Amino acid sequence: MAEMAASGQTPEILFWVGCASSFDERAQRITRAICGILQHTGVNFAVLGTEESCTGDPAKRAGNEFLFQMQAIANIGVLNAYQVKKIVTGCPHCFNTLKNEYPGLGGNYEVIHHSQLIQQLIDEGKLRAEGGESFKGKKITFHDPCYLGRANDVYEAPRKTLELLDADLVEMKRCRANGLCCGAGGAQMFKEPERGRKDINVERVEEAMQTQRDIIATACPFCMTMIRDGVKSLEKEDTVTVLDIAELTARANGLKS
Amino acid sequence: MIAQVLFLLLAAASVGLFTFNVKKIIRNIRLGRPLDRSDRKAERWMVLLKVAFGQTKMVVRPVPGILHLLIYAGFIIINMEVLEIAIDGILGTHRVFSFAGMLYSILTGTFEWLALGVLLACVVFLIRRNVIRLKRFTGTEMTSWPRSDANYILLTEILLMTAYLTMNAADRSLQLTGAEHYKVAGAFPVSAWLMPLMPANENTLVFVERACWWFHITGIFAFLNYLPYSKHFHIIMAFPNTWYSNLEPKGEFTNMQSVTNEVKAMLDPSFVPGTAAETSRFGAKDVTDLSWKSLMDAYTCTECGRCTSECPANITGKLLSPRKIMMDTRDRLTEAGKHLDKGTGEPDGKSLLDDYITREEIWACTTCNACTRACPVNIDPLSIIVELRRYAVMEESQAPASINNMFGNTENNGAPWKYPASDRFAWANDT
Repeated sequence: MAEMAASGQTPEILFWVGCASSFDERAQRITRAICGILQHTGVNFAVLGTEESCTGDPAKRAGNEFLFQMQAIANIGVLNAYQVKKIVTGCPHCFNTLKNEYPGLGGNYEVIHHSQLIQQLIDEGKLRAEGGESFKGKKITFHDPCYLGRANDVYEAPRKTLELLDADLVEMKRCRANGLCCGAGGAQMFKEPERGRKDINVERVEEAMQTQRDIIATACPFCMTMIRDGVKSLEKEDTVTVLDIAELTARANGLKS
Repeated sequence: MIAQVLFLLLAAASVGLFTFNVKKIIRNIRLGRPLDRSDRKAERWMVLLKVAFGQTKMVVRPVPGILHLLIYAGFIIINMEVLEIAIDGILGTHRVFSFAGMLYSILTGTFEWLALGVLLACVVFLIRRNVIRLKRFTGTEMTSWPRSDANYILLTEILLMTAYLTMNAADRSLQLTGAEHYKVAGAFPVSAWLMPLMPANENTLVFVERACWWFHITGIFAFLNYLPYSKHFHIIMAFPNTWYSNLEPKGEFTNMQSVTNEVKAMLDPSFVPGTAAETSRFGAKDVTDLSWKSLMDAYTCTECGRCTSECPANITGKLLSPRKIMMDTRDRLTEAGKHLDKGTGEPDGKSLLDDYITREEIWACTTCNACTRACPVNIDPLSIIVELRRYAVMEESQAPASINNMFGNTENNGAPWKYPASDRFAWANDT
């Protein structure tokens, strides 16, 4: 972003990468897939790079409003300085925070999640599934991230991206508005779960395994970690693959991620 | 004449006591912190019509949804009959609406079918609770009082409907024998089945009819006054509570203006807050720190447990139960209200956090909004959990150690993990 601004360019959209997708090795592949899609479709975009900082989502959910607002006000300062108008995020948590909680602190942007970006690109005819891996006839189940689904009522966009692949969408019993959380929200990602019978991600993966699926698709880096851990703890790595919708789209187009 | 006076006294006492108790509840709700929910009125009426009046969230689960719809329709429609009973009671008339002729027959016939429907639905509900023992009606918070409360409500409704149908059977028998005062009016498709059981003697019939009439109306007055003490209060609260629903996206948590003022003052020493700085504590330790809407939620909860049955923490055996959060809030608020009644208003050394809701419960929440989504009357247990967390973190610095690490990392590296900020763009090295 800094380079573009220095050379007087204004990107169409800012890609807000998010912490998990910047640092977590597995999630970095989602980030590269999103970049691949943006480049493939010729979208003029920028990232903040090292100028990006945590949106403050985990701090806010954990009750630390001070820390959240410190983060938010600092980020808004950067975003407003670059006169950012439109943001795409690779994470439903960043998406929710930027879209719903930044306006109250002076940060007003058009914010979309990467599933919505992919849907827009499909609708505009800019994105097809060609030149890459075929998912025809593959059975895919989609795990709705809470902060995309229930929190912001985005259910169709990620499913639209799966439609493009010509794959079979097999829904879990608890899907869409009834989707079961992966167990990472509300800052749970950063702590051990309270004592109980079972971990939430295991409960969710068990449900996914009840469908006849080859792939569990997600649209959130936290869900990615939780679902993969669940698959591992059930020792099902050989029978199911966990992929982000961006990775699926990128693969279908032969894009590297 | 004596009967009319007696009826008036009973009605006045019952409405008086009910008003007295409702005023107390309104006072208790007003102990909460301010929150503006007066915007977007047209939308609010729509939510009320859909969710409370139209029961759209109840029928998501078809079996209890449709049975509940039956009881609800019965309640609303049979109230017309109660109106007639009240007028008869005051004026000493009998079946005052019977002048409506054909329409009256249609109405009484409908009431009878609905009464039967209500009766059967209540029996099914009793079976679900006591024989099948559905998991949803168990749980740590479902102690003896909540379980009894539910059974009392169902039994009372069964008794009221039985009295109503028996009254009609006796009335119809009297009508057909040409008894004085009992003019032929109305249709009685259900109580006709009970008529063979009625005594032949006219005086006994009049006694049965009057006894059932008094039992029915006294039962209704008693039930009215049971409401403020019971989860059954939802039949009233569902309406205001849905009108005051949160209309923002579920993922949006409230912005704390008091914090914004402090943060802005910290970043810019010349900043002058627009509004007078709040002196109250951050977050909630006790019920009076919650918004009035959270307190209204607590009085609206009918303990159906749909929230808990969809809570991922509860499903996997954690202590957290959103229904318990609501029941604890109501219990604590009732207790706080009792202290006010005594005129002391003195702190009793107890608080919602720790004495009712434990830390283990609030930290088990994933903020996934399954509970707020599941609630048929738009109750929001999540906002209470978040306020309790805010208190624990901002007033006490009492968070789990790993959460404190996350705070530290965010503060120092701008990321919740311990990665240096300079590595943030490293993902692009391979591209």
